Amino acid sequence: MNTARNILEAIGSSLVLLLRSIGYLPSLPRQLGRVFDYAFHIGYLTFPIVAILSFFLGAVLALQTGYSMNFAGGQELIGRIVGLAVARELAPLITAFLLAGRVGSSITAEIASMTVYQEVDALRTMQTPPERILVMPRLIAILFMMPVLTIVAVLLGWFGGGVVAQHVEFIGLDPNVYWANLKSVTEFKDVMNGLIKAEVFGFFVVLIACNQGLITRGGPREIGFSVTRSVVTGMFLVLLLDYVLTRILM
Amino acid sequence: MAETSTTPVGVEVKNLSKSFGQQVVIEDVSFDVKPGEIFVLMGPSGAGKSVLLRHLVNLEKPDAGQVLIDGKDAADPATHKAIRTALVFQAGALFNSMSVFDNLAFYPREHRLYNKSTLRDKVERVLKILHIEDTAKKLPAELSGGMRKRVAIARALVMEPQLLLYDEPTSELDPVTAANISEIIGTLKEEFSVTSIAVSHDRDLALGIADRVGLLMNGKLIALATPEELAASTDPQVAEFMSPKIDIQDPRFRKIS
Ligand SMILES: Nc1ncnc2c1ncn2[C@@H]1O[C@H](COP(=O)(O)OP(=O)(O)O)[C@@H](O)[C@H]1O
Ligand SMILES: [Mg+2]
Repeated sequence: MNTARNILEAIGSSLVLLLRSIGYLPSLPRQLGRVFDYAFHIGYLTFPIVAILSFFLGAVLALQTGYSMNFAGGQELIGRIVGLAVARELAPLITAFLLAGRVGSSITAEIASMTVYQEVDALRTMQTPPERILVMPRLIAILFMMPVLTIVAVLLGWFGGGVVAQHVEFIGLDPNVYWANLKSVTEFKDVMNGLIKAEVFGFFVVLIACNQGLITRGGPREIGFSVTRSVVTGMFLVLLLDYVLTRILM
Repeated sequence: MAETSTTPVGVEVKNLSKSFGQQVVIEDVSFDVKPGEIFVLMGPSGAGKSVLLRHLVNLEKPDAGQVLIDGKDAADPATHKAIRTALVFQAGALFNSMSVFDNLAFYPREHRLYNKSTLRDKVERVLKILHIEDTAKKLPAELSGGMRKRVAIARALVMEPQLLLYDEPTSELDPVTAANISEIIGTLKEEFSVTSIAVSHDRDLALGIADRVGLLMNGKLIALATPEELAASTDPQVAEFMSPKIDIQDPRFRKIS
């Protein structure tokens, strides 16, 4: 009961926050410095881990596929499966999850602490609304960064699959065959499809994180709760959106 | 450039009421503050002083009544675009991720008020007035309580406000630092033309620098007078607040039935 009301309140306040932030778009040229800072921060926090984890995700996928195919024959299918699964699904998903865990949590922690220690009130009294300098530039930053991160995830996922397909003894696929197979089914539109999903996921993860920070009331304990809630809500929403978007984009 | 091109503004609080849920925090409070005046709103903790102050900067909206600043509604964001109002928060509310200098420079930078060298001059001048030149490069976390208060006041002064609000500027300070802060607030009139409203339970501050004092208790304004009148008041509630006697033979907590 209480949880349901909390979720509804969080959705409502997120939407209000979104509208207010859009209202501050005209001040974007003045906030470009912040957009750049936030984009750099996002990249710095997520780039290495996205690269490493997507490599292993592609590798594991190739391994599992190779293992299944071993009985059925047709190892060359590994390229197709890894190609499509990574581009359309796994790369956007892993990037969004890592974003929620690393960036979402850090945004919520920072903004929640600013809220609790009245820095946000101080911003308001100085006629610099938090929506304008804390939220809107972050939303723009993630719109720039998400495609970059997702492309890195796609390429490294494919690469990880290729490495496994070549070097694991019971698969032993010629890399040329792997890549040729991958290219034969994976088209530009599949990659685009993944990028669109990632863009939406990233946007909402950051919006939720900012909102959760701004609605935090209380003290240090509540900052901790807010961070947890931001990450959990972010991941939950990503999976929900994933299903909806996958249906729509099919 | 002229030293200060601002003019102080008057404030009218009209029948202001505010509740949080069931709890009535401010009940039908009215008073005026004249342009250029130093007004101190006193009252025990929990009386609703901070909440009242937050209404003046549109951080709270009234349930009933209104606050006018220079005749304009304080609940309208446009009022605060037209009139510069600064609030010195009780805990300072300094931006913890920025140095003291950047804290002070924040408002002028965001609003692109000055070029780089003018900005530096303005910030340094205010730092000097408050004797905190040495802190410019420090982070708020590295400052003592008294310095944080002064930095918070400095950050407000850089805004060159027409209306300057202080929430408990001398609380949690040792008596000498508190007196120092009171003197700073009391003499700002000479440097800046500003209307000052301070919320405090510090009698020395009120009696020392206020032009007029209001006394808020349980959300109601029970007295509005000059410091002299208030000190001489025979109203039992006022007298009790202004000079409580500590009597361990007959302690207050045992009288509550
Ligand atoms: N945002 C809020 N929500 C609920 N109650 C509040 C809120 N802000 C203040 N109060 C309550 O209002 C009363 C007056 O608070 P305050 O104005 O901070 O007192 P003080 O006179 O010490 O500054 C307190 O009982 C406080 O609990
Ligand atoms: Mg208070």
